[in-house]
Parts: sequence; structure tokens; C-alpha cells
Amino acid sequence: MQKLGEGPATVSELSEPFDMALPSFMKHMRVLEESGLVSSSKSGRVRTCTLEQQKLAAAERWFDEQRALWSSRYENLDKLLEQLQGDDNGS
Amino acid sequence: MAAKLQFDFVVNKEKSTLTVVREFAGPRQLVWDCHTQSTLLDRWFAPKPLSTKTKHMEFREGGYWHYAMITPDGQAYWSRVDYQAIRPIDSYTTLDGFTDETGIVNPDMPRSRWDVTFSDLREHTLVTTVVHYNSPEDVQKVIDMGMKEGMTSTLERLDELLLTLRA
Repeated sequence: MQKLGEGPATVSELSEPFDMALPSFMKHMRVLEESGLVSSSKSGRVRTCTLEQQKLAAAERWFDEQRALWSSRYENLDKLLEQLQGDDNGS
Repeated sequence: MAAKLQFDFVVNKEKSTLTVVREFAGPRQLVWDCHTQSTLLDRWFAPKPLSTKTKHMEFREGGYWHYAMITPDGQAYWSRVDYQAIRPIDSYTTLDGFTDETGIVNPDMPRSRWDVTFSDLREHTLVTTVVHYNSPEDVQKVIDMGMKEGMTSTLERLDELLLTLRA
């Protein structure tokens, strides 16, 4: 779990410090996944695990960014509306 | 800006929607024009410090807007907005999609539906945009892509810029 706290990692990276066969290690990972603490995705033969907490933090950041994007976009529109209404001949 | 203009941004994770409500100091027809004419869209749609460039615009049902948001160092992020329903000057519905420069929609990326409505608020105009994704998984895909494409770092610079502007 500590290792996952640093970022997503593959199953083999995670199992390295443990003196355990990979199938037994996978069983432990499955329990963590069922608990919702960890999620994993498979690409080819490599399975990568992610701490859900990080995913949540990434989502929160994305929502904040979307808010900042709309806020900035609309400040541009405020200025444009000001220009269009202040100058009847257009610009 | 003299008076404070209303701005609400609401995320609904269960429904996978973003709702943006914003008041503008202008009549409805003018605010509508700014949303539906490419020469005007090019002047405001991309957040600072990005700029907007239109490649194609046909504002009619079945038509589309193909544009890029361009970073100061020249990196272009292409998108396409397909107009599904238009009710001048009340509302329109679009399907948003990630594209490349040719305008072909990336089939691996989720598309979101935008419902944009315009209403009078005294002499001002209220614009409500509801962005619908099909599922929480689709939202996650967009988040993941944002990180991969480096759009996130651009927006983090934007966050910093906004902080300095507020300070």
C-alpha cells in the first residue's frame, strides 16, 4: 500500500519485496480490489494497480481545472461583450 | 466589471454531469451571437493563455464547428462540436468530440452532450450549460487523457495565472 501511495505500480513491482509466489500475491491483491481500496487494469500481460484515493484526487483536480477553464473563458466573453457594446462600429 | 456576475459550477458525479451557470452583461441576441458565430467564438472560447482558431463552421442542425485551442508555444488541441438541435435564441444541443486537424472524431474517446440555454435576467443574459457524459467511466477516461496529453500542465499554469490575477 505504501508503494502504491507513490503512484500506480505493476503487480510484479508490488510483489518484489515479498517472499511469495505470484498467484498467492494476486489473491491478496484481489481482496484489496474487492474492498475498493485498490483498482487495477490490464494492458497486454502487465497488470497495473492504482490506489483509489489517487484517482479521487485526480478527479477533484480535474473538476477544479474545468471550473478554472470556464471561469477564464467567460472572463474573455465579458471583455468581448464590453467591446462589442462599447463600440457600435465593431472592431 | 462593475457588479458581480453570477457564476455557478456544479459537478454531479452520479449523473456524470457538469453544470455551468453564468450571467453576462449584454442582451440575449448578442450573447447568442457570441456563442454561434465563429469570428466571435475565436475571440473568447479558449481560456487564457490559449487562443482559438476555427477551421470549419456551419451553424445549423447537422452542421459542425471544428476548432483548435492553441497554447502560446504552438501546441494545438483540436475539437469538434456537432450541432444536433438549434432553437434561436433560446437553446442549442451539441455533441462534443476530440479530433485531430482533419476533423475526424477520435472513436476511442468519450463524447459529451452539451445543452446550452439562454434566458433573460433583467437587462442581462443567463447562460446555462449542462455537459453530460455517458458514464463515470467516460469521465475517468477524459481525466486520464488530460494528464497524458499535458493539457493538465497547461491548465495548472492557468490556475497559477488566475491566482495572481486574484491576488
